[in-house]
Amino acid sequence: MLAFAIRRLFEAALVMVTVALIAFTLFRFVGDPVNQMTGQDTPLEDRLKLRQELGLDDPIAVQFGRFLSGAVRFDFGISYQMKQPVTAIIAERFPATLELALVAALFAVALGIPMGVYTGIHRDSWLAKIFLSVSLVGVSLPTFLIGILLIYVFSVKLGLLPSFGRGDVVQIGFWRTGLLTASGLKALIMPAVTLGLFQMTLVTRLVRSEMLEVLRTDYIKFARARGLPERSINFGHALKNTLVPVITVIGLQLGAIIAFAIITETVFQWPGMGLMFIQAVQNADVPIMAAYLLLVAFLFVLINFLVDIIYVRVDPRIRIYGRAA
Amino acid sequence: MRIRAFVVMGALALGLAATPASAKTFRYAFQGDLNALDPYTLNESFTLGALGNVMEGLTKRDKDLKIIPGLAESWEIVDPLKWRFHLRKGVKFHNGEDFTADDVLFSLDRMRSPGSQIKTRAPADMKAVKVDDYTVDFVLTSPNPILNAEWDTWYIFSKKWSEANGATQAQAASATSLNPFALKANGTGPFIVVSHEPGVKTVFKPNPNWWGKKEHNLDEVVFQTIKSDATRVAALLSGDIDMMDPVPVQDIERIKASPNATVLTGPELRTIFLNLDSFRDELLYSNVKGKNPFKDVRVRKAVYQAIDMDAIHNKVMRGMSTNSAILISPLLYARAGEFKRHPYDVAAAKKLLTEAGYPQGFEVELDCPNDRYVNDEAICQAVAQMLSRIDIKVKLNAMPKAKFFEKAGPTKKYDSSFNLLGWTPGSFDSWNILENIIGCRDADGKGGTFNYGGYCNKRIQELNKLILVEADTKKRDEMIYEAFKINHDEVGVIPLHQQALAWGVSKKVKIVQRADNQILFYWATME
Repeated sequence: MLAFAIRRLFEAALVMVTVALIAFTLFRFVGDPVNQMTGQDTPLEDRLKLRQELGLDDPIAVQFGRFLSGAVRFDFGISYQMKQPVTAIIAERFPATLELALVAALFAVALGIPMGVYTGIHRDSWLAKIFLSVSLVGVSLPTFLIGILLIYVFSVKLGLLPSFGRGDVVQIGFWRTGLLTASGLKALIMPAVTLGLFQMTLVTRLVRSEMLEVLRTDYIKFARARGLPERSINFGHALKNTLVPVITVIGLQLGAIIAFAIITETVFQWPGMGLMFIQAVQNADVPIMAAYLLLVAFLFVLINFLVDIIYVRVDPRIRIYGRAA
Repeated sequence: MRIRAFVVMGALALGLAATPASAKTFRYAFQGDLNALDPYTLNESFTLGALGNVMEGLTKRDKDLKIIPGLAESWEIVDPLKWRFHLRKGVKFHNGEDFTADDVLFSLDRMRSPGSQIKTRAPADMKAVKVDDYTVDFVLTSPNPILNAEWDTWYIFSKKWSEANGATQAQAASATSLNPFALKANGTGPFIVVSHEPGVKTVFKPNPNWWGKKEHNLDEVVFQTIKSDATRVAALLSGDIDMMDPVPVQDIERIKASPNATVLTGPELRTIFLNLDSFRDELLYSNVKGKNPFKDVRVRKAVYQAIDMDAIHNKVMRGMSTNSAILISPLLYARAGEFKRHPYDVAAAKKLLTEAGYPQGFEVELDCPNDRYVNDEAICQAVAQMLSRIDIKVKLNAMPKAKFFEKAGPTKKYDSSFNLLGWTPGSFDSWNILENIIGCRDADGKGGTFNYGGYCNKRIQELNKLILVEADTKKRDEMIYEAFKINHDEVGVIPLHQQALAWGVSKKVKIVQRADNQILFYWATME
């Protein structure tokens, strides 16, 4: 297990350096940050001086080296636009994104698995057909459209939910949470549904097809023949055996939810990292972009690692195989 | 046990979150962020406007942009090289300190500190002399009729407070460490910053000790950024906010039709125009080799006359623009009305192009920002299509502003043959345009840095030098007229229009919309 963890750690470092390198080569094409930092009356000499001070005229290798040497000390510099240390900004924005992502994932799993099981067992019932049609909507409609539709119905027409933002927040140590206030919870509903809808659909369809597969196997038939209650067969035996692929997908999707909440966060003006990233791209705020991409790479590596460990817990066959190897 | 603690904490939080019901809270949203609260580090109208509620300059501008007394009660020009300012007595900063001449002298030094982006607020060789605690002389080396034109946004800092807070220098844009000042503000203005989260939310409350006459009835102001156009509109319609800027052109009718909000429109000061590269001997992005068609006045005029501005006004801008024959808003130059656009005439344009030796037209690339001005990309598409009628085939490169200003501007040495730009003169004065937009420059951008086409006329250069120091308004306006006339006749830069302001405002709110697009809530009242 230790060797496994060390190997993974090494791989993680490699992945992150690669991501940073690719990101850095791309930054050459995002445009000139200086024009966004200066007023229109700033003389040309001052602009050129600023470029030089920011190190934008240095060769890309030098800039990359400077970035790496800062990054290992968790120093990503000062944001060009916000004039604050990037680490502080990310620490401030991360809780918002993580809360949104976890609630969205919870929504996807809590609704997706039962819907998947139901549609798997009662294939031809009208309710199953409704579930499947809903899931089709989830797959086919783009996120921003779902978000805008929800806002239009629940904020503009019905006036039930806030159209944007995170509501009131409570500071607990370094963590600023929106989960403890009524307005925070209300503000969370639409973004979480928007963000989690695609994943819910995915889980539903995955669980359904896995269930259909498993229900056909001999041991289920045998369990039925033994006269076990239907409930115990469906959930105790069948569902448990569908979980390995489901966990993989959910794990990877969680990474995707966190990393790519960009659209949802923009539509709902959710003050998380995705919104921060979009703003950084528009202003060519390189320090934020670099740190964000590195963080996303790290999250993916971390989630993969956790999924691998959960695997071993859920499926004994992998454990035995691992030991033999 | 743990669960109980959690519930109690939640209940506490709910209690804390509740606000008094009767308070008048004005909530407004803008598409961009309010970042550092140091008004010397970003010379941009939204930031300066937001901080203009908190901090004040020696002068202010009234609802019609006329210069009025601010922290200075009055001033006089003792002789052309000496301006005397009499400061307002009894003014206190938000932290209780008195405002005196020392703060003015300190603010002048701070405005000139290396990180400052507003160094052009005063001539570099101007000296400030403290006569007594409430009198300051500004001594010049050459006459300057518009010395105080931008002093309404040169906000005065408290010397003592700045020294105590390590804020004696403007935060340098390239700083590697944080200026602790970036999140705080201490001014003399009608509102006080209560809290500030950059890019998320800023809360203001009224300053009970403000020296001026209170015209608002607000108890609290909350600013939030809402980036997405559709969300900003929805937030206004659902009543989550009371005011927002800007309203996307296509949503104006929808908001006007809604029961609880309306749109406040008015002319903006910014003029949108097209630059043609008349600097290089051969265009970079064209199929014409060995010569530059844009060096020929007839070609430039053909481009001008082939553009149907009425169609752009009606179709692209949906009426939200004022077509312009001159590079400055009529609000800022009294004689702007004397200019008439060269008429839209495709046949005449085609004839000019034929005379110039391009009967078959030619190809050229048009660079255009797509997130900077109202419908910028759509305007360029329309222009491209209109020019195809006189056989100028335009390839459109629309790009984000960070990319556009890099490519078309001095960073890449004006790597563009044809582009669209907008400009508001910071001083509200024509000289700023004549110098920056049609003043001659070299290949690196020395001179008229924002002259993206590199158009150059010797006579305009001469006039610029004279206009800068001419104190007689009538003579000065005459010279400005001559300079703009030359550009008009030679079609150096093609003016298109002034875009319009569009604020979405709740029907509960009354607010003054000033043409410089500063959102000043000290003039707002709510039911």
